[in-house]
Amino acid sequence: MDEQTIPIQIKGLRDGLLISIGDGEWATLEPALFEYIDSQDSFFRGARIALDVGAQKLKVNDLVSLRDKLSEHEISLWAVMSESALTEKTAQLLGLATRISKPRPEQLNQFSVDGHNNETALFLDRTLRSGMRIEYPGHIVVTGDVNPGAEIIAEGNVLVWGRVRGMIHAGAKGDNSAYICALALAPTHLRIAEVVSGKLKKGENQTPVIVKISKDGKLKFVPWQPE
Amino acid sequence: MSAKIVTITSGKGGVGKTTAVANIAVALATNGAKVCCIDGDIGLRNLDVIMGLENRIVYDIVDVIEGRCRLRQAMIRDKRLPELFLIPAAQTRDKTAVSPSDMVRLADELRGEVDWVLIDSPAGIERGFRNTIAPADDILIITNPEVSAVRDADRVIGLIEAEEKNKPSLIINRINPVMIKAHDMLSAEDVLDLLAIPLIGIVPEDENVIVSANRGSPIVLNSKSIAGMAFRNIAQRLEGQEVPYLDLDNHGGLWNRIQRIAGKN
Repeated sequence: MDEQTIPIQIKGLRDGLLISIGDGEWATLEPALFEYIDSQDSFFRGARIALDVGAQKLKVNDLVSLRDKLSEHEISLWAVMSESALTEKTAQLLGLATRISKPRPEQLNQFSVDGHNNETALFLDRTLRSGMRIEYPGHIVVTGDVNPGAEIIAEGNVLVWGRVRGMIHAGAKGDNSAYICALALAPTHLRIAEVVSGKLKKGENQTPVIVKISKDGKLKFVPWQPE
Repeated sequence: MSAKIVTITSGKGGVGKTTAVANIAVALATNGAKVCCIDGDIGLRNLDVIMGLENRIVYDIVDVIEGRCRLRQAMIRDKRLPELFLIPAAQTRDKTAVSPSDMVRLADELRGEVDWVLIDSPAGIERGFRNTIAPADDILIITNPEVSAVRDADRVIGLIEAEEKNKPSLIINRINPVMIKAHDMLSAEDVLDLLAIPLIGIVPEDENVIVSANRGSPIVLNSKSIAGMAFRNIAQRLEGQEVPYLDLDNHGGLWNRIQRIAGKN
């Protein structure tokens, strides 16, 4: 098969590239894919790709060798999509994603920031639901609610423009001056540096509040007053 | 004909997914639509029992997917409504027998056959859940007014948001107005306030639901049941009609009237 006729499609995704490979023998498609990658080496270098292999049946060996060869080109393979149940299963076995979706919020902690002294903040314009965990080495600002079962861990301050009913840890690396603000606060668990909140009564703190460490080393809840 | 594919899921078990699928399907079919239900709970098959079709199963969903029968052969026709079908789950296999892409293909094949495909999701957020979510055009989240059920629903909504699906709608099942009045139960407002997704139905607690499930005759077929009426309303809302919500706690309202009628019989 001649290189030109091999259907390889490239599409940009939010978080990498999607390469779709058409039908044919894998034995010829795979070398063709690498020929294509070689011809555009600088474009692919460092890329994060998802591969759509159509109905192609790929075994563990095929996928492992593909992944390894790709990594030699400094390409990281994170997902393999297929209509074949076998390929899908193989991909799952290898810990590869089999569907493209938004990056999980957990992956937000991959920002490289030098502590929160540089005052960077992560803005999250959404409600954080049960099971979501956000870690960030700076400040975190949430516009939305923090529901029960959600966790926020920041090395800096945490501001929530919404109601807090989940867990928040500010100053997670030991910063005693960190604070937490929210429009309403009924959390399961609050923490600043190493200080943990006592039990919070239901119905309290239904107005905007700032939580800080007071002089006696406990968490102090101060209703927010406009000056 | 291009069917709408609706998945009903909850995260937590035992909140009424299967009952809701059976009842909404019967209500849609009663309104004249052609409906196919799929039991996505492979290995823990239930929908057939609630619909009263247990003894008619020859082929199941895994047979279709693995090519042992044609799609039509696995579609069991309901004994009451000729436009209602069920594709049962396999009882002797597990969730890994089916993949999300298998479900998408199956659902796409059904699109040309019926008006509605209702998929019953298993409890949990693992493979079985992903299988049933993959083909869905719309997702209904069902929950009970209990803290644990609401938290699981919240988790599931988060997962669905991450998949960039349409915003799910909410069914609150087993509301008990007497307990809410005594502040022993979360109210519908409490649940909606936390989950922040559109409401599509509130179903009151009704003992008859259990009786009808055991008999294999969904509660919507009982014209006197208020829970049945709530499920009929959900079906109408799915069809795009504006239906007012049942008045569940006003004394002298429908709830009491229905209870009085039920008491007399």
